Amino acid sequence: MEFLDEFPEMGRKDLRELKKGIDASFREFSRANGDGIEAFFEPLMHFMVWLEKLMLATPWPIMILIFGLLAWWGSRSIWLALGTVASFLVIGYFGMWEDTMATVAIISVATLVCIGVGIPLGILMSRSDRMQAAITPILDIMQTIPSFVYLIPIIMLLGIGKVPGLLAVCVYAIPPIVRLTNLGIRLVDKEVLEAADAFGASSRQKLFDVQIPLALPNIFAGVNQTIMMALAMVVIASMIGVKGLGVPVLRAISNQYLALGLMNGLAIVALAIIFDRVSQQYGKRLQKHREGGHGV
Amino acid sequence: MSDIKVSIKNLYKIFGSNPKSMVQHVENGCSKADLLANHKHVLGLNNVNINIPARQIQVIMGLSGSGKSTLIRHFNRLIEPTAGQVLVDGEDVLSMSEDQLRDFRRNKMSMVFQKFALLPHRTVIDNVSFGLKIKGLPVEEQHERAQKWIDRVGLTGFEQNYPAQLSGGMQQRVGLARALATDADILLMDEAFSALDPLIRNDMQDILLKLQDELHKTIIFITHDLDEALRIGDNIVILRDGAVIQQGAPQEIVLDPADDYVRDFIKDINRARVLNVESVMEEGTSDSGLSFASTTTLEEALPAMAAANVTSANVEQDGTVIGMVTLNDMIGGIARPARHEGEGVTYR
Ligand SMILES: Nc1ncnc2c1ncn2[C@@H]1O[C@H](COP(=O)(O)OP(=O)(O)O)[C@@H](O)[C@H]1O
Ligand SMILES: [Mg+2]
Repeated sequence: MEFLDEFPEMGRKDLRELKKGIDASFREFSRANGDGIEAFFEPLMHFMVWLEKLMLATPWPIMILIFGLLAWWGSRSIWLALGTVASFLVIGYFGMWEDTMATVAIISVATLVCIGVGIPLGILMSRSDRMQAAITPILDIMQTIPSFVYLIPIIMLLGIGKVPGLLAVCVYAIPPIVRLTNLGIRLVDKEVLEAADAFGASSRQKLFDVQIPLALPNIFAGVNQTIMMALAMVVIASMIGVKGLGVPVLRAISNQYLALGLMNGLAIVALAIIFDRVSQQYGKRLQKHREGGHGV
Repeated sequence: MSDIKVSIKNLYKIFGSNPKSMVQHVENGCSKADLLANHKHVLGLNNVNINIPARQIQVIMGLSGSGKSTLIRHFNRLIEPTAGQVLVDGEDVLSMSEDQLRDFRRNKMSMVFQKFALLPHRTVIDNVSFGLKIKGLPVEEQHERAQKWIDRVGLTGFEQNYPAQLSGGMQQRVGLARALATDADILLMDEAFSALDPLIRNDMQDILLKLQDELHKTIIFITHDLDEALRIGDNIVILRDGAVIQQGAPQEIVLDPADDYVRDFIKDINRARVLNVESVMEEGTSDSGLSFASTTTLEEALPAMAAANVTSANVEQDGTVIGMVTLNDMIGGIARPARHEGEGVTYR
């Protein structure tokens, strides 16, 4: 039976036409809207460039001092602050200072964008089940689709450069913060919400006085994961023109430079550990009073 | 003296997919169990009628699942009824717009919760200020007024603590202060002391009674504990399966329980401590030379009669004799009323 042996495929010609059609219409779309979209993201790009330049223009000892202080302010741990200082000293000594600053810049901007877009989106999602049902599958796709696949439309739309790179990082890194904001707000104690209602709180007052503060530990876990995922995208983003530690890694891959790849890879790991520990400690500090017991 | 503050009229609450259509069944006598078995709806409240007098403590009592929490949430419309009316100071709560309702909740009625429902990220003083913040008062005034209530409930010195650092009893004092701080003249308390240890619960009852002595709020107090109900209630309503079984003064309920459900409730209480001489007195005067104020409990009166070696005494109110009690009256009051066999009341 021919029908069972051979999958009843679509005709070769039809399939080619279909793909061509999709490509052509998207190309059409990007030709029409590419400039507009680029203009929309321009302020973001300027900010990123400005931040990177600022970090490079500042004398390195001052930058390292700032990083150390930030680490201490976030974690209140002297060891973490010292570890941060030591890591940046080593990174600089091995000639990776500029790339590291570029990476820190894009990670910072990407995280800010993710927070700015992700938290409101998560709040929206928490307010209605229908919204949640609509957004959840989109987040699923964003997290599971191979990142190379969505690089294609981004490149078609915006070409190669900082903005498409930033966009790629954000697409990959934003789901956790959206999910955890939504979850955090939905997990807020029903009785506390009822109390707010009983005292006549408006929905704005409920959101800002009760829901967001009580969801903060979860929201913060989302920020932490978002930073980690943004760092994980550094190498892929460098494929489409983002400067930073990913560029030498790519070079190392194509030329089989083991040492180069290893050093830059380890620099990324160091950044990841610093960001992770500091933001985790900060999150813990935010909710210390919930544990009670000591410190009366 | 007893002008009506809150009035509940023909209130029904049915949970399920089409509650309105179920009211008819319930009116026709469909029971809670039948409604669930045959129509897949839960009967929350069944034709509740209560008039709550101003400036008194109204207790609502019933076993778990009898609809107490559902009922109290109708007073400030945290739950919408399926049918019926809720009137507060003659005003229909159910016809209020969203803005009016918010105003009403901010100014007229406040609430204390079983599990405290405090904000864990706010200090004691900020928790007590919560209702005032919602009202939009300036911060200094919030704190000034909150401080007054913190002092009144005995939490001075704990202003900057977080709820998790306090014991259960102290947390509920915060809850009480928060409710009092808004100056609402009606206070809703849903099993407010049930989560506390017996000794602490006693303390809290003392605090509430002392405050009430001078504040004279209208308090609607829910409990499943009869001792608590008798101790603080001026009036008691007994709920079962969402319906009112009996309502009246504590003495009336103890002396004349409406059915076996109520009889079971009161069977283990110390009747001598609850009943006063007025509730068991008869007409006439005694020449024993002994007399009691009408509110004297039997527990206090009996030893006094034994000491004076008399079998009767006068009952006085404001210095005039209003009747007399005999040892027999008093023993009759203490004797537990027999269960009416064959009445066939069953409940869960
Ligand atoms: N949202 C709801 N949906 C369905 N049934 C409910 C709901 N809320 C309460 N009930 C039911 O209504 C009845 C009364 O509940 P409740 O008022 O909480 O009782 P109580 O406070 O006296 O313990 C119970 O049978 C309960 O299961
Ligand atoms: Mg309850």
